[in-house]
Amino acid sequence: MPDFLLEIGCEEIPARMIDGASQELRERVVALLIRERLAAGGIAGFDTPRRLAVLASGIPAAQSDVTEQVNGPSVTVAYRDGQPTPAAHAFAKKSGVDVSQLERITTAKGEYLAAKVTKKGRSAGEILVENLPKELSSIYWPKNMYWRKAGERFVRPVRWVVAMLDGETIPLEFDGVWAGMTSRGHRMLSQGAVTISRAGSAYVDALRAAKVLGRSEREQQIRKGLDSATRTISGARWREDKSLLDTVMNLTEFPSVVMGGFDPRFLALPEEVLVTVMRDHQKYFAVEDAEHKLLPHFLAVLNTDCDRNGLIRHGNERVLRARFSDARFFWETDQKRSLLERLDLLRHVTFQKDLGSYHEKTRRVQRLCSWLSEIVKQSRMAIRPGVIHKAAALAKTDLTTELVKEFTELQGIVGGLYARAQELDSSLPEATRFAIADAIYDHYKPESTEDEVPRSMEGAVLSIGDKADTIAGMFSLGMIPSGSKDPFALRRQANGIVKVIAEKKLPLRLSDMMRDARAGYQGSDAEKKFVDDAKFSESVRAFFRERLEFYLKDVRGYAYDVVKAVLAADAEGVVDAVARAEAVKQVLHMAEFLAIGAACKRMRNILRQAEEKGIEPAVKFEYLPEAAEEEKTLMAYMERTDGRVEAHRHKKEYLDALLLLSTAREPVDKFFDKVMVMVEDKKVRANRLALLRTLLKEFSTIADFSEIVTEGKS
Amino acid sequence: MNPAKPNPLTFQELILRLQAFWAERGCVLQQPYDVEVGAGTMAPETFLRVLGPKPYKVAYVQPSRRPADGRYGENPNRLFKHMQLQVILKPPPENVQELYLESLGAIGIDLRQHDIKFEEDNWEAPTLSAWGVGWQVMLDGLEITQFTYFQQCGGVDLFPISVELTYGLERIGAFLQDVDSIYDIVWARDPETGRATTYGDVRLADELQFSVYNFELADVEKTWKHFELCEAECKGLLDRYAAPKDKTEGGGISRSKSRFPLLAAYDLCLKCSHLFNILDARGAISVTERVGVIARVRALAVGIAKAWVDQQQSEAAGEKLDEPDPVVKKVHTKRSEKLSPVGL
Repeated sequence: MPDFLLEIGCEEIPARMIDGASQELRERVVALLIRERLAAGGIAGFDTPRRLAVLASGIPAAQSDVTEQVNGPSVTVAYRDGQPTPAAHAFAKKSGVDVSQLERITTAKGEYLAAKVTKKGRSAGEILVENLPKELSSIYWPKNMYWRKAGERFVRPVRWVVAMLDGETIPLEFDGVWAGMTSRGHRMLSQGAVTISRAGSAYVDALRAAKVLGRSEREQQIRKGLDSATRTISGARWREDKSLLDTVMNLTEFPSVVMGGFDPRFLALPEEVLVTVMRDHQKYFAVEDAEHKLLPHFLAVLNTDCDRNGLIRHGNERVLRARFSDARFFWETDQKRSLLERLDLLRHVTFQKDLGSYHEKTRRVQRLCSWLSEIVKQSRMAIRPGVIHKAAALAKTDLTTELVKEFTELQGIVGGLYARAQELDSSLPEATRFAIADAIYDHYKPESTEDEVPRSMEGAVLSIGDKADTIAGMFSLGMIPSGSKDPFALRRQANGIVKVIAEKKLPLRLSDMMRDARAGYQGSDAEKKFVDDAKFSESVRAFFRERLEFYLKDVRGYAYDVVKAVLAADAEGVVDAVARAEAVKQVLHMAEFLAIGAACKRMRNILRQAEEKGIEPAVKFEYLPEAAEEEKTLMAYMERTDGRVEAHRHKKEYLDALLLLSTAREPVDKFFDKVMVMVEDKKVRANRLALLRTLLKEFSTIADFSEIVTEGKS
Repeated sequence: MNPAKPNPLTFQELILRLQAFWAERGCVLQQPYDVEVGAGTMAPETFLRVLGPKPYKVAYVQPSRRPADGRYGENPNRLFKHMQLQVILKPPPENVQELYLESLGAIGIDLRQHDIKFEEDNWEAPTLSAWGVGWQVMLDGLEITQFTYFQQCGGVDLFPISVELTYGLERIGAFLQDVDSIYDIVWARDPETGRATTYGDVRLADELQFSVYNFELADVEKTWKHFELCEAECKGLLDRYAAPKDKTEGGGISRSKSRFPLLAAYDLCLKCSHLFNILDARGAISVTERVGVIARVRALAVGIAKAWVDQQQSEAAGEKLDEPDPVVKKVHTKRSEKLSPVGL
């Protein structure tokens, strides 16, 4: 059982793509081996910026031979007067056996000829050489390129390939490179070429000797380096940052860490700015004290073993000094013009080519936010419309600042910081000014499903208004995200809206809100290019329903069928949907609801069949003299509980409402046991249909229980 | 402490070393293009040469003007006009990364003492309808080079592709000399007196005066007029190229495709691009106009690229008459013959 090794040597693969591609390659090789009856004893991946490798241990040297039965023509065709016809000979020839070896099998259609055909297993090498190129070129890359032939694409040019079964190479060619036994070591710390003696651990050992480490070893080495460098400053610690760690891990083959310092006077700049420069632009880890206050140090992860003469530290300090000086220069320059003065400059900043400038957007968002805050206010939630109005006016003004032009990821944050630093309106109390600043600071939040929502109610409404305006504009232009195409990150923005509404428990209904948002564009030039109202409403409703489904399922963790059941009842109120999902989840284990679910399905079917036959239910059910006993019991039950369920539902006590509904099981079950709905008597039938319709409606206002998957639940 | 050597290279030595390095590897050493460009990529030695099948290797310094980046000479890290050393290798050799790293050795950077990384950076120039994938090369945390595999230029898929290496000369110079301001870079040192001439001595006035012009004094109306004139002339040329051969045309311009002045059309396109940049820095382009103007420049660039490919193909197919090749040697002979009587 030989070991197999495949290494694709490549010019530096983008750090963000390595993990995904490495995993995909591993999966593809596993699937290939299984498909070809060459399943490995074990499989491992190995990746660095310059290579993707797979190590499969103990794969069969060849496929086993397989004998399969091949069916041929029917016996009546194959034999005439006991002699094989040309059809029988042709079948025998095709199957590679003599006519005398053909067998007869009996099927439902009669007797047929069959042959046992033995397929010789092919060698592992042969199979791999034939199939791997296709697997390799199918790996998904967010961005790829061609360099040798048009149509031949990979993430970066392939420069070497190692493909071996034990100690032997196999004649594999990928993107014009023939596989050999020569890999390459670290660019600077090795001689370059590394001969791999055989597949298996010898590969990893040879690379380690050439200063190339696998992923987990690199992580350990970086963590150790960060720890020991930080220890040189008493009381200091490095700021944990998972995504930064992943990035630097995938930028290095043999990492080490140096600590550098910067002029403490730069600490006067906002921490957000300093950390952004260090983390996003320079990929440095920040250093802080026990109270999480920044210290004037940084940690750089190198792709080499050490900084013998301190040149690397010196160089990095130089770069950071220039970056910080720039930031300070921008900060100071920006103060020459207040945010208020910048509002007018937004006329020159394009929001979207058809939707006009940020100045126009600002006006729309202001109006939309005042509507939204009115709705929030009506449900007696504490909100300061004045704060929102001012914050909305200034929210985008930081787009004209030098600091945001330089560090675009700080949009919003810089506006908030400037609003705090500048005396915007001296007539306002400080608390109000700070509330305005905070709302601006937070208004891009949440930027992902993990990110936090704005701290204040005002920030929350501004965040929603800004995003709703963008989505309304784009959908009105017919620019709807599809598949992987979502250039304006509308899904992320809609996810943000849903999350903010849910966590701030806002009384906003999605389609209403989007209609208000679209109304903001009335009378603008953009309107000429808009799709009509009906099309807009439909696409926006479907879009938000998906986002709400995503939120309930993936963020809140509700089961798929619970979410479906809840959204079938209503998908407009986010807070309400969450509350109903929670209530449904709580009662789902109850036997009553499994029975009610089944009953709901039954009612739905009966009503549908009636409708198909054109049979109308009565307008309202009533006590007919012909009514069966169980029918009367059910009617009485409904009259008794109806008002109470409604009262609970009105107060959004969904669990209580559901528990009350669970008592319907008995009368409902009995009704279905004894009473036939579709009887000949038209009046009785119409009355019973009306009863079912009312009952189903009653059950379905919280969740459509017919959606609940009953299998596998006890 | 100095990152490289006790006697770091002067700015001009840096240029000379890089040029010598690439000349030794078969590059034609071109001179900076004499029309304003925003980047070395826009010089015809890149934009047009990467089109079509002919292999080519070239290196040149290209002063690159970006009016909006001007800072009146007050910011130590930013310039209105910076200098790039541009290398185009078509097609890219297999060892192109190794060659590039060797070139750093040639300017005195001992890579075993430094930290070098290739970090993803994909390049795109919407005004040229051009893009490629590649890296920014980071040396001790400093971006010193853009390394790009071109994929498309002027809207045309490239075959073969080219690799473009763009060295940021001021950054590398400041790194080698370990100075914090670009203006302190020693440009040249007098071998006799040892007196240094700095980057500031050579270029500061340039930065200050052009910042004043670009931000304050450029006449918006006239600049627009220049733009429109250049655009109209460029378009006119492209229309004539596209028109069926008209033998009656005065001067017989259409006697042969290879004679047609697409290079002149491209100069006009470059002028439009630069004039647009001035208007932009001047704050004279409104939101609604901006996208439209970029599209106008792109239309010229794409039109020229397509025409250029066509012109190259017809040449290869032997359509040329006894006319000089517009770019290769013969032009030189012809020009010098024509020019010598006039030239003093």
